[in-house]
Amino acid sequence: MLHDILSMVFSEAFLSSSIRLASPLLLAAMGGILSERSGVLFLGLEGFMLLGAFFGFLGSYYFGPYVGILTAVAVCMVISLIYAVSTVTLAVNQVVVSVSMNILALGITGAYLRVLFGAHTHQLTTVRLRVMEIPLLSSIPFFGAFFRQNLFTYIGYLLVPVVYIIFFRTKWGLNIRAVGENPHAAETMGVNVSRIRYLSILWASAFAAVAGASQTIGNLGIFVDNMIAGKGFIAFAAIILGRFHPLGVMLTVFFFGIVDAFQLNLQAMGSSIPYQFPLMMPYVFTLIAFLLAGSGKAPKAWGVPYTMEK
Amino acid sequence: MSSKKTSRDFSRYTAVLTPVLGALLGVLIGSLVVVTRERSLFLVLGQMFHGAFGTWSNFSSSMVYAVPLGFTGLAVAFSYSAGVFNIGAEGQLQLAALSAAVVAVNPAFGFSPLVHVTLAILAGSAAGALWASVPGLLKAYKGFNEIVVTMLMNYIAILLVSYFLQGPMKNPSSYYPQTVRFQQTAWIQRIVPSLNLHWGAVIFLAAVAVVWFVLHKSVFGFQIRSVGFNPEGARYAGTNVKGIMLASMVVSGALAGLAGSVEAMGVYRRVMEGFSPGYGYDAIAVALLAGLNPIGIIFSSFFFGALRNAAGNLQVDFGIPISFIYIIQSSAIVFVISAQGFLNRFKMFMRRFKHAA
Repeated sequence: MLHDILSMVFSEAFLSSSIRLASPLLLAAMGGILSERSGVLFLGLEGFMLLGAFFGFLGSYYFGPYVGILTAVAVCMVISLIYAVSTVTLAVNQVVVSVSMNILALGITGAYLRVLFGAHTHQLTTVRLRVMEIPLLSSIPFFGAFFRQNLFTYIGYLLVPVVYIIFFRTKWGLNIRAVGENPHAAETMGVNVSRIRYLSILWASAFAAVAGASQTIGNLGIFVDNMIAGKGFIAFAAIILGRFHPLGVMLTVFFFGIVDAFQLNLQAMGSSIPYQFPLMMPYVFTLIAFLLAGSGKAPKAWGVPYTMEK
Repeated sequence: MSSKKTSRDFSRYTAVLTPVLGALLGVLIGSLVVVTRERSLFLVLGQMFHGAFGTWSNFSSSMVYAVPLGFTGLAVAFSYSAGVFNIGAEGQLQLAALSAAVVAVNPAFGFSPLVHVTLAILAGSAAGALWASVPGLLKAYKGFNEIVVTMLMNYIAILLVSYFLQGPMKNPSSYYPQTVRFQQTAWIQRIVPSLNLHWGAVIFLAAVAVVWFVLHKSVFGFQIRSVGFNPEGARYAGTNVKGIMLASMVVSGALAGLAGSVEAMGVYRRVMEGFSPGYGYDAIAVALLAGLNPIGIIFSSFFFGALRNAAGNLQVDFGIPISFIYIIQSSAIVFVISAQGFLNRFKMFMRRFKHAA
């Protein structure tokens, strides 16, 4: 048994599936991180991923996968305006609105799926994005697995340096960080706090949408109710665990990908362990990681609505 | 003086008016989603009204749905009064039902229905409180985001319950993942034999009274609300902020636990997989629409209970997806909270306007 597990873990197939399972988390976390650092608690990742999965599926079902991705992004950005208007312009509690966004996503996806397709939704499938092998790099032994993935994973890879550069090499990123730490000071320096936060929310919802779409268009080709199943919350936890830094977040989501691949393989091996326990592992490990690593230092104005008077 | 009085009247007025408007708007938006050419808005609304209140039996079912929502609503409102957002009511209530079942199927306690029911309920609440104490401890003493922790623990709890219902606690003679039927002495009985409304509704009203008293008339409640309003200020005033946060979660978990055990003992008389359609998640809307006010929760739980009941009937009769009630819930919350935000911004604007003039 132990030998089987070890030989499974050190296989190229295992590495490949770890990367595949980490990629929605990477996309969502690289989206959310901008919002978090601008001081807006974006707990709605879960809901926007679910919306992205659904509208990605829908667009792909009718017009093909690339339109699917664009549909997911467009719809999520529009819906995120509800979040932006209420939390930034009206300065209401971000947690409450985040949670309602997640509920809204459950409602919209669950209701429209049946309104559009009736009760028999299980046969509906869409074209999936295929694996694209990158020449040369994909032939590296073992680590070539990183370069035999689909488009979504590559977007995820790309986002890490992009977010890094935004944060630490651009004026925009400097403003985002300033607004997240001390919006009053930033405003005094002439930064438009509301605009920075609106843009960050739009960014976060856009990549949460791509992350969600990766689950339907990139992975399964079908949509199932509540199919994100907590991945948005795990991505959110990864942002905290990665200390709000793109590189830290990248390492954290990769760790979660390994855990997820491990439990899936464990189930597939047909061991005598009841299936509920492997399924529990991603949640348990996230919780344990949370406990061991601590919550770290969050942006000072994180979750605090900003009003000019105060 | 007089202007202060009118402004207080105004805020009391809006405290009732905004949730009612929010609820109505939510129903309207939610219903528009399921309107088609053959199914007009009036037909949907009419059918919803009929499903919720049309007959004594429908009315009774609406109240039966309201009971678990009321308990979980109280649970969310209680801890949120201390500023701790318990999104974990679902996991807490599921584990509570399982824990209550351990007592309820045991004939050893069957010598007195009162004792048996009480013990089963206590077992359930203890499980809920224990499960909620984990995020409570982490939030209070380590500063972890309680929403992430409670949400992750929901998934763990639901899988644990699933394991027990398919494994150690499964009724061996049943195909389905469910426990054996509870001992009759552990049933929460119906109030009127012909209607499904059970005494759990009375337990809920009693819980409302207790929670209202604790929150608004006791020192503990004052501390809870002061921690929720301004933790720094509460600490400065000598309140044990961390202890209060933890205690609020423990009580919240116990209340959520009541939802699970009372539902199992009053409606199904057993625990089966998926017995809760998400009462723990609905609780958020119930508590927020009521403005965290225990008395208000009587009304908001009834509203959302009626909605669940009506939506269930719509699904059976017209194939309208039950998920549309989530659109109603979220629209109502966003409306209510945004209306408050808008009024606050408006007041701020008026103040500045007066200063300028």
